[in-house]
Amino acid sequence: MKKLIRDPQTVVADALAGVAQAHQGLLRVQADPPVIVRADAPLRGKVGLVSGGGSGHEPLHGGFVGYGMLDAAVPGAVFTSPTPDPILEATKAVDGGAGVLHIVKNYTGDVLNFETAADLAAAEDVQVETVVVDDDVAVKDSLYTAGRRGVAGTVLVEKIAGAAAERGDDLASVAAIARRVNENVRSMGVALTAPIVPHAGTPSFDISDHEIEIGIGIHGEPGRERIEWEPVDGIVRRLLEPVLEDLPFTSSDDVLLFVNGMGGTPLIELYIVFDAAAQLLGDRNIHIARSLVGSYVTSLDMQGCSITLLKLDDEMKALWDAPVQTAALRWGR
Amino acid sequence: MAGLTTDWALAWVRGSAAVVGEHRAELSALDREIGDGDHGENLDRGFKAVLAKLDAAPPSTPGGVLKLVATTLISTVGGASGPLLGTAYLKAAGAVGDATELDSAAVVALLTAARDGVVLRGKAAPGDKTMIDAWTPAVDAAAAAAEAGEEPAAVLAAAADAAEQGAVATEPLVAHKGRASYLGERAIGHRDPGAQSSALQLRAAAEAAA
Repeated sequence: MKKLIRDPQTVVADALAGVAQAHQGLLRVQADPPVIVRADAPLRGKVGLVSGGGSGHEPLHGGFVGYGMLDAAVPGAVFTSPTPDPILEATKAVDGGAGVLHIVKNYTGDVLNFETAADLAAAEDVQVETVVVDDDVAVKDSLYTAGRRGVAGTVLVEKIAGAAAERGDDLASVAAIARRVNENVRSMGVALTAPIVPHAGTPSFDISDHEIEIGIGIHGEPGRERIEWEPVDGIVRRLLEPVLEDLPFTSSDDVLLFVNGMGGTPLIELYIVFDAAAQLLGDRNIHIARSLVGSYVTSLDMQGCSITLLKLDDEMKALWDAPVQTAALRWGR
Repeated sequence: MAGLTTDWALAWVRGSAAVVGEHRAELSALDREIGDGDHGENLDRGFKAVLAKLDAAPPSTPGGVLKLVATTLISTVGGASGPLLGTAYLKAAGAVGDATELDSAAVVALLTAARDGVVLRGKAAPGDKTMIDAWTPAVDAAAAAAEAGEEPAAVLAAAADAAEQGAVATEPLVAHKGRASYLGERAIGHRDPGAQSSALQLRAAAEAAA
C-alpha cells in the first residue's frame, strides 16, 4: 500500500489539521471530538445545517461547510459513522436559536448515531429535524434491505437546503425543501477498482482488470452486479436507465445532471461520462438545465463514478444558483 | 448459590476486550466479505477505551460496569455496532439495577434486556443475519438453563454455546438489515461479523463466571 499518510491510525486527525490551516476564515476545526464548524457559527436566527458520516468521501462533508451550505460537518473514522457525541457538539455549536437540520445519508450506522444525537439534543432543548437522503437506485427492494443508500444526491440536498437556510427560511421549510430534493433525486454508481482503506491496507473487494461493479455504494461495499468491462456508452446506459425509470424522469423535464467521480477517476473521463449521459437525455428530450462535474462524493481512491439526476423546479433552480462559499463549491460570492 | 458479583462483571469486560483484540483482524475480515471491513477495528477501539475508563474509576456494581461499557461503546465505536451494542449494555445495566449479586434469574433478565435493546435500536428480526441471530438463541438457552435450576455460570455457558451456534447459523442466510443487505444472495456463505463478535463477548461472560 502506497499512500501519502503518516500512520493509518491518524489519517483523519492529520487531514483535519490540514483542513483547518487551508481554510482559515471559512471554517474552524474542533479537535476533540472532531467537528468542522463554519467560522461565523452560530448565526442568530438562522437554521443550522449539520451533516456527517464516515471519512474517506472528501470533499463530502467538510468541503461543504460555509456560506450557503452546511454550518457543520462531523467526520467519523474512515468509512465509519461518527458517534453521537461529536454530532451533538456540532449541533449545539451551530444552533442560533432557529433549530438545526440533520442531513443523514441512509446507512444504518449514520442513521442510528444521528438518531441518538438528536435525542440528546432534544434533551438539551435544541430543536432538531432530520432528513435522511436515500437516492441510490441500485438498492432495489427496500422492504428486504436497509433501504436505499444515500450517495451523491446528498450534495444537492446540502446545497439547496443550505441556500434556503441562508435566505432565512424556518426549520420546517428548510426540512421540507431538503425532503423535496431527496424525493426528486436519483443516483447510481459504478466501480472499476476497489478502494484501499488505510487501516486495512488491502482493497475492500477483489475485482479483476477486465471487470466492473455496477451499483456500487461509497464505502467499498460491493454493488448490484459484476460484469465485463465495456466502452463508456454502455456503462453510462446501465447507470442512467435505472435512474430514469425510477422517478421516472420524462420528456421535457428540466434536470440537474451531476457526474461524480469516486476519487480515482480523472476529470477527463468524467466529462466523457457527461457527454454520454447528455446524449441519452437528449434522445429522451430531457433538458439539462444545470450541471455539476467533479469528484465530490468519493470512496477514497476507488476508480469509478456515479450519475445523479435531480428533477428541478423553479425554486430549486434559484436555490442552486444562490451564492455559495465553501472549500469545494464556490460561486456567486 | 454462587451469585455473580462486580468482580465477575469486571472480569467479563476485560475478557471481552482481550478476545476482541485477539480476533480484531478476523472480525474485520468477516466484515470485508459482506460489509465494509472495519468491525474488528471499531470494536477494538471501543473496548480499549472501556479498559482505560475501568482503570481510571472502577464502578462498584455489575450494573455500573455495564453502564460504563454502554456509554463508552456508544461514544467511541461509531458505525452501526456502536449504538447497537451500546444500547444492549445500557438496557442490561437497567435490568440489573443496583444489585450487587446476580442470581440465574437476574442473568436471564440481563441478557433478555440486552437483546431487546438491540431489537429496539436496529429493528432486526431473527433470521435477518445480524447480531440478533446470536443474542436470541443465547437468551432462549439461558432461560431454559435457569428454569432447569442451573447456577449462573452454567446459564452463561449455555448462552455462550447457543450464541456461537447462532453465529455459525448466519452463514447460509441472506441479510435483511445493515450493509450486508445490499448484497442480496451474495451474502450467502458468509458469517455475520456482529453475530460473531456478540458470541465472543458472551463466551467471555461465561468464562468470567467459570
